[in-house]
Amino acid sequence: MYAYDEIDRTLVNERVSEFRDQVKRRLSGELTEDEFKMLRLQNGVYLQLHAYMLRVAIPYGTMSSQQLRRLAHVARRYDRGYGHFTTRQNIQYNWIKLVDLPDALADLAEVGIHAMQTSGNNTRNVTSDQWAGVAPGEIEDPRIWAELLRQYTTLHPEFSFLPRKFKFAITASAHDRAAIKIHDIGLRLHKSADGETGFEVLVGGGLGRTPFIGKTIKPFVAGRDLLSYVEAILRVYNQYGRRDNIYKARIKILVHELGIEKFAKEVEDEWLQMRDGALVLDHEVVEDIRSRFFYPAYEKLPHMPEELKRAAHDARFEAWRKNSVSLHKEQGYAIVTISLKPVGGPPGDATAEQMDALADLADTYSFGEIRVGHEQNLALPHVARRDLPALWKALDKLGLATPNVNLITDIIACPGLDYCSLANARSIPIAQELTRRFANHDTANLIGRLHINISGCINACGHHHVGHIGILGVEKNDEEFYQITIGGRADENAELGHLIGPAVPYGDVADVVEDIVEAYLALRAQPDELFVDTVKRLGVEPFRERVYATR
Amino acid sequence: MPLVKGGKITADTFASVADDAALPEGGDVLVSAARFLQDPDSVLQRAGKAGVIWPNNRDVDDLVPHLQRLAVVALAFPSFRDGRAYSQARLLRERFHYRGELRATGQVLRDQFVFMLRAGFDAFDVRKQADAEAFAQTVKRYSVFYQPTGDGRITALHRRMQLRHSESAGL
Amino acid sequence: MTSPLQQKIKITGPSIVTANRTSDGVVIYRTAAKDWSTELASAAIVRAADEARALLAESVADDLGAVGPYIAPVEMSDGAVRPGNLREQIRLSGVTIALPIQA
Repeated sequence: MYAYDEIDRTLVNERVSEFRDQVKRRLSGELTEDEFKMLRLQNGVYLQLHAYMLRVAIPYGTMSSQQLRRLAHVARRYDRGYGHFTTRQNIQYNWIKLVDLPDALADLAEVGIHAMQTSGNNTRNVTSDQWAGVAPGEIEDPRIWAELLRQYTTLHPEFSFLPRKFKFAITASAHDRAAIKIHDIGLRLHKSADGETGFEVLVGGGLGRTPFIGKTIKPFVAGRDLLSYVEAILRVYNQYGRRDNIYKARIKILVHELGIEKFAKEVEDEWLQMRDGALVLDHEVVEDIRSRFFYPAYEKLPHMPEELKRAAHDARFEAWRKNSVSLHKEQGYAIVTISLKPVGGPPGDATAEQMDALADLADTYSFGEIRVGHEQNLALPHVARRDLPALWKALDKLGLATPNVNLITDIIACPGLDYCSLANARSIPIAQELTRRFANHDTANLIGRLHINISGCINACGHHHVGHIGILGVEKNDEEFYQITIGGRADENAELGHLIGPAVPYGDVADVVEDIVEAYLALRAQPDELFVDTVKRLGVEPFRERVYATR
Repeated sequence: MPLVKGGKITADTFASVADDAALPEGGDVLVSAARFLQDPDSVLQRAGKAGVIWPNNRDVDDLVPHLQRLAVVALAFPSFRDGRAYSQARLLRERFHYRGELRATGQVLRDQFVFMLRAGFDAFDVRKQADAEAFAQTVKRYSVFYQPTGDGRITALHRRMQLRHSESAGL
Repeated sequence: MTSPLQQKIKITGPSIVTANRTSDGVVIYRTAAKDWSTELASAAIVRAADEARALLAESVADDLGAVGPYIAPVEMSDGAVRPGNLREQIRLSGVTIALPIQA
């Protein structure tokens, strides 16, 4: 991961100092809540139903074991002993007190963690592929560019009061694990015919009330021009994005209202005037950032070590290995996904104890590095295959070895009405019930890859629009109801799901999902046709029939 | 509302003149964009300095031909959350090389001073007395800046390059 | 964003004003003594729109003590005050799921 230097640390410390002063002025009455709200949002501090919530950034989903231990410490010292990993590679603490926030942030700053711009109308955490730097077939590590963007967007004086929030995501693999098509700016790293690194730039993706898949604004922007091009987009948005209506203020609305060609022209006109200015990224600067990223000194290891051969007789180990272990670009190594979706548990949560233990395991087995993905799972990116059996035993004891990655019980859910003041309905209990219904791993494996996404309200923090099965909480006559969509995808073939029918009450949701799954199993062309492909082939109708036949 | 310029509270010599009021004989005046564009010379060819209050929802292009003769351009923050004037400020300074006073007006609060300075503002019509008094202190909050603006400060990226070069030069 | 004071206030039954305490975010209820309490039983109950508006106005004026006051419905049963919807129930008694760690 990127090593902070004195310069980076100074900035974070200056920010903590400033926030400490702002909290003091709020508590003394010098600042009204109206004045303070935007300031606290710029430091990731929300007010939820029961308490403040702190959202801490994990830049592009990469952290060190030292950082993970400090996240555990904050959970223990200032919160209720656990944290929640989000769909944007952040972590949330749900019970934090305003008076404690400056100290919590100071403790985090010591290890180079911050909460800058994780909320508010500014540029948020730049997210990426949780397998960046280790995925086979990746063109180059996108995190170098994510870090350049992170620095560029942090406390940018021109863009700290945008019409609305602004989210970036970047990928460098053919299979998009970063969901770039549903971001305000999505970046696909690739090389030109002459081998130059550059980006396909997409704009205007986003979910919420008016979901859009991002559109390509420029097929190739050279690496050297990345920041100036982004600045041109942000400047056009800052000046012309709507400010009269918060539901129409995202860049996706501006792109939609102008049309992509007109929008692209506005950006190009602006960009041509500044493309060779101070934002040019010369080779030396990029290489300096790259040099600050730690890459392990991998050993030369066999693909099939003895330890792995011996462990193959253990059915539980094998089930986990087949599910949670993925190919690494380096022979003899593996990427291990850590499921935070235990049966009956709230998706994406980890206790302080689990975090500390995982930090130790990262030290022993993963060169001290941990990742977090937008599916709300963690990953150890550099595990030697010979260590897999020992690692698994340890994870199993910690409840972190549920072999359900990418299966129906690997549910992505927002906190919902249990926590969030924006919610219409609860999402966590729905997720919990679903994991119980499909707890049998053989059943889950029979069903195959199936992403369920649950959002407690139209703000779509659970990304329900792009779920294979999407569940959206709505309110009807003071009761919790849920709209179900199917066929959405978040990857390089991103697509919005389709509503199957009228909303169903809380008590029916798990039954409806069972009906949908039954329909799929009956209708799939062959066992390896994925649910989402069956929906594509047959449309919504057969599923609608099955679900609403008796409702 | 106290005017802060050069890091401290200063008397404001500029009087705002309403659109339907006559321009005074002498003295410095601030007029609206609409009035100014209707008859720029009437404002510029006076004894006394001329300033324009430019709205934040209008491109600065129409103002550009007159920049060299203006002593003050005042930009607007109708709410501190409305950041359009930051873009206007940077364009005026960095693209159009405006050298006169660039004044922030509206809901100008302490916690935006550093951003405003970096964007090119050098005068601040500060909403609260306490904030105006804290100006000099507040602008020292940050010493590290990641991105280049027209303020000439070296960015972190380039500071690192400097340090690298002096390290390798054995300094 | 409309200020709560400018929004139309409609009361459909007995209501209270609730908010979160500024220092720590804890759920609080406006009392008849121009104060805040963490006990729902101590909340001032209003039954008409103008009463509600007045209670809300004085709550909003306490910008130092409370964040985001708003009017919420309650139910009266056997003289006891209960939350009037699921959201307020959750705010009163906490999340409906088991926390990973005992608070």
